[in-house]
Amino acid sequence: MHPGIIFLGVVVGSVLFHIYTPWWWTDIASNWGAMDDTINLTFWIGGGVFILVCLFMVYCVFKFSYKEGRKVEYKPEDHKLEKILTIATTVGVIALLAPGLIVYNNYINTPKNALQVEVNAWQWGWQYRLPGEDGILGTAQVAKISDNNPFGINLDDPNGKDDILIEDDVLHLKTNRPVKILLRSLDVLHNYYVPQFRAKMDAIPGIITYYWFEPNKIGEYEVLCAEYCGVGHYAMRAKVIVESEYNYKSWINEQETFSDLIAKQENNKLKKILIVKNND
Amino acid sequence: MSDEYNQKNAPLEAQSSDTISGTSGTPSKDIDYVRPAELPEQDLYHGHSFITKWIFCQDAKIIGVQYFLTAVFTGIVGLVLSWLMRLQLGYPDLVPFITAEHYYQFVTMHGMIMVVYFLTALFLGGFGNYLIPLMVGARDMVFPYVNMVSFWMFFIAVCVLMASFFVPGGPTGAGWTLYPPQAILPGTPGSNMGIILMLVSLSLFVIGFTMGGLNYIITILQARTRGMTLMRMPLTIWGIFTATALAMLAFPALLVSCIMMTLDKMLETSFFMPTIVQAGEVLDYGGGSPVLFQHLFWFFGHPEVYIVALPAFGIVSDLISVHARKNIFGYRMMVWAIVGIGGLSFFVWAHHMYVSGMNPWFGFFFATTTLIIAVPTALKVYNWIITLFRANIRMNTVMLFCLGFIVTFVNGGITGIFLGNVAVDIPLSDTYFVIAHFHMVMGIAPLMVIMGAVYHWFPLVTGRMLSEKLGKWHFWFTFLGAYSIYFPMHYLGFIGVPRRYFEMYDSPYVASATGLNEFITLAALIVGFSQLIFIYNIVSSLSIGKPAGKNPWKANSLEWLTPEVPPAHGNWGEKLPVIHRWPYDFNVPGAKEDYITQTTPPSEVISAEVEKT
Repeated sequence: MHPGIIFLGVVVGSVLFHIYTPWWWTDIASNWGAMDDTINLTFWIGGGVFILVCLFMVYCVFKFSYKEGRKVEYKPEDHKLEKILTIATTVGVIALLAPGLIVYNNYINTPKNALQVEVNAWQWGWQYRLPGEDGILGTAQVAKISDNNPFGINLDDPNGKDDILIEDDVLHLKTNRPVKILLRSLDVLHNYYVPQFRAKMDAIPGIITYYWFEPNKIGEYEVLCAEYCGVGHYAMRAKVIVESEYNYKSWINEQETFSDLIAKQENNKLKKILIVKNND
Repeated sequence: MSDEYNQKNAPLEAQSSDTISGTSGTPSKDIDYVRPAELPEQDLYHGHSFITKWIFCQDAKIIGVQYFLTAVFTGIVGLVLSWLMRLQLGYPDLVPFITAEHYYQFVTMHGMIMVVYFLTALFLGGFGNYLIPLMVGARDMVFPYVNMVSFWMFFIAVCVLMASFFVPGGPTGAGWTLYPPQAILPGTPGSNMGIILMLVSLSLFVIGFTMGGLNYIITILQARTRGMTLMRMPLTIWGIFTATALAMLAFPALLVSCIMMTLDKMLETSFFMPTIVQAGEVLDYGGGSPVLFQHLFWFFGHPEVYIVALPAFGIVSDLISVHARKNIFGYRMMVWAIVGIGGLSFFVWAHHMYVSGMNPWFGFFFATTTLIIAVPTALKVYNWIITLFRANIRMNTVMLFCLGFIVTFVNGGITGIFLGNVAVDIPLSDTYFVIAHFHMVMGIAPLMVIMGAVYHWFPLVTGRMLSEKLGKWHFWFTFLGAYSIYFPMHYLGFIGVPRRYFEMYDSPYVASATGLNEFITLAALIVGFSQLIFIYNIVSSLSIGKPAGKNPWKANSLEWLTPEVPPAHGNWGEKLPVIHRWPYDFNVPGAKEDYITQTTPPSEVISAEVEKT
């Protein structure tokens, strides 16, 4: 069999695989449909180039297989052809890059009405902090973290007192409201990634990173850590529940604020003292 | 010792002054005129004992073979590790002894071995050493002793790396990128001796490699024979030269980051370590930046991709030209593309870091530079396929590997455009799409070139041909097998399967991928085992292969034109060759034969209508 047939089979097989593949995007559940669109655009242009290059190669292999005494073209250079190819490629590259940069510009500029959610990552788990009624997260430091202060909030920052603390890996979000995820890590790199939302960003100890998205489909989504973080990396999962405004409100009202936590701890201390005193 | 040197050197000096006064008289009339040598020939070291001839050897050809064999050995270790990983991913029930710790150690060692100790060492240490002096017409590298030390440093680096399998805690499982802080904290396997040995081994590798690299560069710049102008060098040499220059500039970034991380680990400095709370305790670190390491690492890591790719580009250009019996199309553009890609490769590193938390504005700059680099790369691809147009293509094993290279490289190059474009990268980064992309473009594609190059140059090294029949079987198993591993793997990335997952559990959207994972594992096992055909072919051809004779492929370049095949110590016998043309004069109109070697003077092929020389 002529080897060209097998190479042709590889090209045709690749195209068929792409058309009939059962493996494709997990259904999108956020505003980042534009990312999928740029990917599809890249598929059309890039896939077209792949097919053309391979088919031309296969054609040459068929047409110009070795024959004793075949007349071979001797043309070391062809400036006109080289120029055309350079320009065509440059145009193709610009067509891919420009939409990509526009989408990226949206990705790094968070809308003003975005809800802030701080995601705290550690080996190997997640917890969340939401701003209270003032809408501002209190400042925090990793070194201040203790059993009584699981997020390391600065005690003298008044903005921190009403922060809502969620010491659990399930995060609730409301639909159709942009969310700005602020990422903090206590130890190593992590990445808060929900495939359906498309967006992701590393959490880095020492600095706060961010990204935003707008969930637009009610449902439960699995969170995967997407930056290798040690031996428990694959098990570092969490959950996001996207729900209606009404359900979200009833959920958030049940959550504890930082001042609740301090009060509870002081109550416990008082109780302990009372118990100790009673025992005396 | 010094007397001996002077005695030997004296006649050489006399000879060279003869040459200068002899030929510089009337250059314009003599069409065969080539500028005289500017420097006298260097004295060669001659080994006499077994140890100086074969072990601590100073002949670049033997050093090349030593590099090649050591690199192939580490490559086989890397291959076996990849099998173990694939078994865990495809058939976890079959391999209950693989724990998450083991899995991450396999991932790490596989990656580091394949990129640094296998591909880099093989292309530059192996092919570079063997081919540079032969192709530029030198008797050896300019610093043979340093060259010998370079190999033995590499050998020690490999030993240190392999030793890490046997220390308490095992080798490091930090991922081949070794990102701190996890690389040196207890949550990662092998975070004590494992990571220290890895960092020491890499440092040794860089030191050894710098010795070799300076040799390659200086030999190419200073030791070319008469008439071998830069624009007459085979593209193989251009690829190796540019890659080595990149290595000289990029490896220092790796070395300093290794040293800084070793200090962080052993002396608790905080170059890369911010304040960290682990298991409820504040560690003794503070103020360092993990992102700094990533910048340093990828400032090395991205040029590293081209350190592997550029020699492959060069070699494949030569193989295609020889076996298609046609000049490489657009030689000058090919040279400038190699140099341009090499230069640009220092300005694209942060495309590995789009979601690393660096300043988001960097994304615009690095996406633009990354897509600019696609232009010269695409032009190289066009030139390869245009070379095939109206050629006379020998469909032998070497050519098959070249065609396999084109298909896999174009495929992997285009998925590179996905990942280089920052908005497209965000959903795909850290998924299997990335794994599929870089294995296709810098795993399989360069491997295709390496294998093609082995079939091409084996007759030169050993004097015997490899079996074509076994070669074709080897090609089809490798090419089709590898393609069916990595092509479908991209689609796992679309689903959203993250890389470096020991186990996926039963996440709904990945359950559908179970069958695909099993298929990929089977394909990986087949491709791995089919390399036994290759090894058998090499071993058996050493004794029963058809004798190759001189220049079996009818190539033009110098390495085939030595007085003895395989080339002897000193390469060229009495007199150095003199070069009259570029190495791509195939099927020149008016010439009798379909090839004109680089040493053929114009007066011998007076009727040939040569366009470029």
